[in-house]
Amino acid sequence: MAEIRGLKRVPVREQDPKVRAANFEEVCLGYDEDEAVAEAERCLHCKNPKCVAGCPVSIDIPGFIAALKDRKFEEAYNVISRSSSLPAVCGRVCPQETQCEGKCIRGIKGDAVSIGKLERFVADWAKAHDKHMQCYRGRTGHKVAVIGSGPSGLTCAGDLAKQGYDVTIFEALHRAGGVLVYGIPEFRLPKDRVVAREVENVQCLGVKLETNVIIGRSVTIEDLLTKEGFDAVYIGSGAGLPMFMNIPGEQAKGVFSANEFLTRNNLMKAYRDDYDTPIACGKKVVVVGGGNVAMDAARTALRLGAEVHVVYRRSEAELPARKEEVHHAKEEGIQFDLLTNPVEILADENDNVRGIRVIHMKLGEPDASGRRRPVPVEGSEYEIACDTVIMALGTRPNPLISSTTNGLEVNRKACIVADEGGATSLPGVFAGGDAVTGAATVILAMGAGKTAAKSIDAYIRSKYGES
Amino acid sequence: MYKILKAGNLAGPNYEMLVEAPRVAQRCLPGQFVIVKVGEEGERIPLTITDYDREKGTIELVYQPIGVSTSKLSQLHTGDRITDFVGPLGQPSELTRMSDEELRTHKFVFIGGGVGTAPIYPQAKWLHEHGVQSDVIIGAKTKDLVILEDRMKAVANVFITTDDGSYGRHGMVTKCLEDLIAEGHSYDYCVCIGPMIMMKFTCLTTKKYQIPTIVSMNPIMVDGTGMCGACRLMVDGEVKFACVDGPEFDGHKVDFDLAMKRQTLYRTQEGEAFLAWKEGKTHSGGCGQCGGDK
Repeated sequence: MAEIRGLKRVPVREQDPKVRAANFEEVCLGYDEDEAVAEAERCLHCKNPKCVAGCPVSIDIPGFIAALKDRKFEEAYNVISRSSSLPAVCGRVCPQETQCEGKCIRGIKGDAVSIGKLERFVADWAKAHDKHMQCYRGRTGHKVAVIGSGPSGLTCAGDLAKQGYDVTIFEALHRAGGVLVYGIPEFRLPKDRVVAREVENVQCLGVKLETNVIIGRSVTIEDLLTKEGFDAVYIGSGAGLPMFMNIPGEQAKGVFSANEFLTRNNLMKAYRDDYDTPIACGKKVVVVGGGNVAMDAARTALRLGAEVHVVYRRSEAELPARKEEVHHAKEEGIQFDLLTNPVEILADENDNVRGIRVIHMKLGEPDASGRRRPVPVEGSEYEIACDTVIMALGTRPNPLISSTTNGLEVNRKACIVADEGGATSLPGVFAGGDAVTGAATVILAMGAGKTAAKSIDAYIRSKYGES
Repeated sequence: MYKILKAGNLAGPNYEMLVEAPRVAQRCLPGQFVIVKVGEEGERIPLTITDYDREKGTIELVYQPIGVSTSKLSQLHTGDRITDFVGPLGQPSELTRMSDEELRTHKFVFIGGGVGTAPIYPQAKWLHEHGVQSDVIIGAKTKDLVILEDRMKAVANVFITTDDGSYGRHGMVTKCLEDLIAEGHSYDYCVCIGPMIMMKFTCLTTKKYQIPTIVSMNPIMVDGTGMCGACRLMVDGEVKFACVDGPEFDGHKVDFDLAMKRQTLYRTQEGEAFLAWKEGKTHSGGCGQCGGDK
């Protein structure tokens, strides 16, 4: 029994797939105290912990797990807080299987330690017991502007505030959180209970938040640095511009970007009767794409009452989504049409979507990404009847900031050019997250925000001759 | 929260609102718009700016309530506060990028239809302030629906036309434009803002006279910053986002028929929501079709 317990992770409780397919409540229910302690006991406390190296924000994973083992939950929270401003978020949305857990020695024979679920437990425990993060240094009197309140901006702002900086976050939308509020659905990341709480946590550190300010339009970076007295600016504006396939029929009524579909549902809460924003989700929905956003769109459409197909041009092994999302999607009844690619969207006489014509694909030689390139199988086209098509093909950075900031260098994909520390081509202007890398993950954006906070601290200290 | 300094009915179905929004007022230019959201549950409503005062930090909006959200907006009073007010959004009008010399080389005609007269005003005013007098055609169904007449007259030569002939000239704006040309006016730059169908037909007319024409598109939008793609249009065979590439485009290249179809996407839901808001939950669901009884 002990041996089995050592190899297998403590299972986490989840809502029944049949029940949750019809609600927006969180799917995963998380560990309770005993379960968390039992799972923590599986950690081997390696001398050279690979898991820490696998974490983009270098959380002292064995450290917090050791505290958990001893039921010192607050101490565990303090250990995590030293490295991460958003543990409740990361515990829920990080691709742990390719990061910390992917490196766990336990995973060689048996299951890796369930690090993500333990992190989530600690963060939720801290919320339930009203514990907050702590500042390290007194006020410096220096001002830093952070553009965007997504994971990258929140992390950078939180770290700078802990260092004593006077930080203001500017958010273009009416609510803080960036992709955590407009992109990731409620059933995966509860908005009030988790995201709003993490934002409040950062505000508790003294960070000011100004919503409804679009940098580049409402005010420029130059104005922030000259007229508004900021010593440095961090651009964490993300990659919010949706991509389409440019195939015939894409302008028909019933074709949406995943960004639109998810923004209506998550940010504007269109799934609730008491909110005014409408959402047009038909009875049969085709989602094009295989990433986390595609899974989120598919599972949202399912909860709105649709039969949902995910159309993806490569095979299951190449699905870029987190394993858990694919697993949950299948459990809930999402159908996967793999090695299939759209060629045309079909519309009726009123220009409403009536179907999608797709073609079978096979995998050829590896492409630049190292994945085998999908090539069409000639003569294999067929139609899938549907009334809604959601394009989840990835996103690009919004050019609003780069086009209104003289001298800010961007690359061919409209991504801001920044060095390893986050410094851009302009002095005092730093950048990170999806705005620099193109669409990636929450935790990588947080890592970039963290690194940039260090660079900004060094930049301001040297500017004012402080050591 | 953004304070409403003045709010009320302007004429017929048209409402006006003066809002304190210093950041927006500091940087906005003619042709740009804002997004307004009333309450936690409200929609994000895009509205083109009618006027602005940089010193006082105020933005003026003129709009016509058509659904639940705009109706809720119209029920706010002086002294109330708007939850969210963001902008300026979109590209400023092309004419704001022209030098004074370049402006003087053009003969401008503005055509405003109904509530579309309001976003014409800051452009005509801009020209006036840069020493250029323009012609403005204000079109309305009937006399009571003519808006901004006096303010427009202070900055431009104004021609009013009503569909029923109850005020000014008789007929549509396209007839008025053709009459003016026949009377000897000549134009080489037209800006037309109003209902989609009116912009479409005005563009057909100006094409005949080879007058380059700018239109301001107001498709369905969510965020207004380029994130969602709901506002996409076909312009000269290319996909454009009205919120970041526009809202103003070369009217001779816009696919109006497609834009009009796309605008109807939520019509049923909007209609149902409006009835529910106006009449309460009157529908008992007995039809067995709509699910209202579940």
